[in-house]
Amino acid sequence: MTSIPVAEGVFTWPADEPQLIGSRCTACGIVTFPAQDSCPRCAAMAMDEELLARRGRLWAWTTQAFPPPSPPYAGPTGADFVPFGVGYVELPGEVKVETRLTEADPDVLRLGMEMELVIVPFRTDDEGNEIMTFAFGPVA
Amino acid sequence: MDVAIVGTGLHPFGRFAGVSGIEMGAFAIRAALEDAGVEWRDVEFAFGGSYEVDNPDAVVALMGLTGIPFTDVYNGCATAASAISMAASTIRLGEHKLGIAVGMDKHLPGAFSADPRLYACPSWYGELGQFVTTKFFGMKINKYMADHGISHATLARVAAKNYRNGARNPNAFRRKPLSEEEILGSPMLNYPLTQYMFCSPDEGAAAAVFCPAEDAHRYTDQPIFLRASAVRTRRLGAFEVHSPWLPIEQTVGPTVDASRAAFDQAGIGPEDVDVIQLQDTDAGAEVIHLAENGFCADGDQEALVADGALEIDGPLPVNTDGGLIANGEPIGASGLRQVHELALQLRGRAGDRQVPGSPKVGYAQLYGAPGTAGVSILST
Repeated sequence: MTSIPVAEGVFTWPADEPQLIGSRCTACGIVTFPAQDSCPRCAAMAMDEELLARRGRLWAWTTQAFPPPSPPYAGPTGADFVPFGVGYVELPGEVKVETRLTEADPDVLRLGMEMELVIVPFRTDDEGNEIMTFAFGPVA
Repeated sequence: MDVAIVGTGLHPFGRFAGVSGIEMGAFAIRAALEDAGVEWRDVEFAFGGSYEVDNPDAVVALMGLTGIPFTDVYNGCATAASAISMAASTIRLGEHKLGIAVGMDKHLPGAFSADPRLYACPSWYGELGQFVTTKFFGMKINKYMADHGISHATLARVAAKNYRNGARNPNAFRRKPLSEEEILGSPMLNYPLTQYMFCSPDEGAAAAVFCPAEDAHRYTDQPIFLRASAVRTRRLGAFEVHSPWLPIEQTVGPTVDASRAAFDQAGIGPEDVDVIQLQDTDAGAEVIHLAENGFCADGDQEALVADGALEIDGPLPVNTDGGLIANGEPIGASGLRQVHELALQLRGRAGDRQVPGSPKVGYAQLYGAPGTAGVSILST
């Protein structure tokens, strides 16, 4: 089975220590994720690629307990659907990224807990490729 | 120039097999015209809002092909606020003397969906299952509860109140009261929000007739005056739906901006408002919006809800017709339903759900994707 990322340019992978690929405005310094061509704060058209921190703190979270509408959702549905956690992780001094969480138990998830980036299998496509995505999980 | 609303009308909200969105729009327009005592041929302009109906102006085929300027507007769940705002501006500019704002929609059941690229979001955001409005509302109230001490019981009480109010409203979609236990015990959709804490997309239409305040007496002896109407979009740093990322810096949401602008226009404050309509996409949204619109401080909702302050006979009556939770949300019509309800309340015509004490000032707020809010303030 071949493993491929959910999209190019979202995270560095394969890598021992994968990172999300964001952008930083060369004029005002704001960081975005994913990378974009224009600055949402000062409107400059001068964004540089920025590799983001791998650890941060959980800023907000919920659970996705029902399969999202397809399309656009492309993951498992019906009996194969597994509820997942979703939240924002604040990467210190950079940006808050919205992300799937490897943990979906409300008794475990806590605001402010330390989280780390992982690359995990998301689904298998029609050609049998394993589609990989980024997620954050509690630091062990 | 001050603007008056001299008639409102509504097609019931719910599910109506075989009735098209545009037919519901025509029904609401006829009801509003009848309320104002005018004919379609008297109407000089219109603004129409819808998500599902491509061209709300096509309603002229059912009303009469009079050639009037009929502008279609869309701003997500705040669509009706845009229609109201534009209708009021048209009157203020002196361009026309009598016009209508109408909203209509006919949605399929289930959570809203779209191509994330239409919202400037990447495709993978939708593919991964993150382009979901309900999970934003779950995250926002979950964080708010932790930050401000709001309990799960408060969410259930708010939803139960809205179902109870809906039971008193013959035009509501959901008219069966539900207990707090049933609400808390329904399936968890996006923690901490359960199924019965959410509104559903449905069908319906609503309309209002506008004229200069000085002409209002020609049409009714109970005019309602539109004291303010403001629409705002999100600023950088607001915590908003469909955001793959947020900056470190934080600011208030567009509801706060629209609310402040509207109170400024009206020259009054939250303490002057007698009856309130808030966007209760879910029970948590009503809790948050109560503070975002200035009606209480963050965290005060816990005691206010426990004390029944938001009930029809309480000091802060909120969503007296059942709100979105009991009426569902036909996107284009939702904000004009709020105005219809406020007009009934301010005119003393709300029957079983009439707020006591002759309310004089009404307030309506909308919020929706991708971070757009609208506020209207009405008075007798």
